[in-house]
Amino acid sequence: MKKWKRKHLISLRELNPEEIEFILETTHSFREILERPIPKVPTLRGRTVANLFFEPSTRTRMSFELAEKRLSADTVNFSPGSSSVLKGETLLDTVKNIEAMKTDAVVVRHSSPGIPYFLASRLLHSTIINAGDGAHEHPTQGLLDIFTMLERKKKIKGLKVAIVGDIRFSRVARSNIWGLTKLGGEVRVVAPPTLLPPNIEKLGVKVFHSLSEGIKDVDVLMVLRLQRERQKESFIPSVREYRKLYGITLDKLKWAKDDVLIMHPGPINRGVELDPEVADSPYSVILSQVTNGVAVRMAVFYLLLGGEGWE
Amino acid sequence: MRKILSGKEVKTIWEKLCREIAREIPLTNLAVVGIRSRGEYLAKRLQDFLSYKTKKNVPLGVLDITLYRDDLTQVAEQPVMKSTEIPFDVTGKKIVLVDDVIYTGRTIRAALDELIDFGRPAFIRLAVLIDRGGRELPIQPDFVGKFVEIEQEEVVEVKLSEVDKEEGAYIIRRR
Repeated sequence: MKKWKRKHLISLRELNPEEIEFILETTHSFREILERPIPKVPTLRGRTVANLFFEPSTRTRMSFELAEKRLSADTVNFSPGSSSVLKGETLLDTVKNIEAMKTDAVVVRHSSPGIPYFLASRLLHSTIINAGDGAHEHPTQGLLDIFTMLERKKKIKGLKVAIVGDIRFSRVARSNIWGLTKLGGEVRVVAPPTLLPPNIEKLGVKVFHSLSEGIKDVDVLMVLRLQRERQKESFIPSVREYRKLYGITLDKLKWAKDDVLIMHPGPINRGVELDPEVADSPYSVILSQVTNGVAVRMAVFYLLLGGEGWE
Repeated sequence: MRKILSGKEVKTIWEKLCREIAREIPLTNLAVVGIRSRGEYLAKRLQDFLSYKTKKNVPLGVLDITLYRDDLTQVAEQPVMKSTEIPFDVTGKKIVLVDDVIYTGRTIRAALDELIDFGRPAFIRLAVLIDRGGRELPIQPDFVGKFVEIEQEEVVEVKLSEVDKEEGAYIIRRR
């Protein structure tokens, strides 16, 4: 595939394997730019990107903003705490007003799944990039995770990946599952039944409730944060019990392959889902994930905004 | 499609140009940079010659100017991006920039901007196999293999044995 046809990036579910591979290849070229003495190129000069984060975020937000700046786009930022949302403005009105200031792309994070689709169908011309919508998807995170695996393990086909932890509330898990299975990876999810969404096996993953079985001989161990802010009711008896059964400690790593990669989308609850000794071990590629995130987002902006625009 | 250079001519013209370059520029602290895609292979040939001549390994770099194009918003589809590879410190280097064909000068403008973002070279000289005229910017090559006068609707296509089945230069009429 040599042509990119899409205007928006909302999910990995809607992309075909060639499109995902195309983004990953493009990312490879952008990875090099980050190592230059001046890690900035003039590609998106004159384009404006609005970052709309209706939920807290450090990494993703900074990563998007850096990607925009390294491509020489102009950026504007929005956070609900200091905006007219507090005065009762609707989401659509807020975003339409931002678009009226002539933005070319809108990066949106929101707690409600489907908001990026909603905006893509209502806005006149802006490109929409999903930076996480509820428990639905977080496509650029999925892409940067897959890119990091590819960088270390050279291919995704046949790769055994275990996603451990809070799958139920995780958009990161969903984007990874869609992306990895499309590229031929073997995905397992490992969690207590209460932290798994119903019918998750329909996405083509194997379900495990026992950590020792679930991570047996895996190449990649993706640990998810226990998202306590999303859990209005109780899904686990106690954090201590969760750590005992599902927390990744050095001695539990013996079940996985010797050269297992430890990944985590951050932020880490150290000592809950992931022990500090593991997070800081040579197995961990958590900081590479963050570096690659900027390159992935640059590639996505280049592909979505680089051409003439869309009818 | 008409042939303007045979495979043998491409080879001898470029070799002659390599010798001319070696005569005219100081042979210290050199580097060669080719512009993707055909410039890359001509640059490799120049690098081989200069390395042989100076008995040193002259560094070789490759530029992909896609991200520096001034017409990205006018092309219908994004060009496929390949990596730029400049595996040496540009600052203080005497650089020979290489491309197969010079036309409007816009590619060279982009290449100069990109190269200068890597550091401050001592100088940059430009070598091209074919100059087809039609400049839109005040940029001229220092070393030219062959001049051709052709019409606006025509394009020059260079084929090189490293990537193509044959070697030669053709003029093709654009539809």
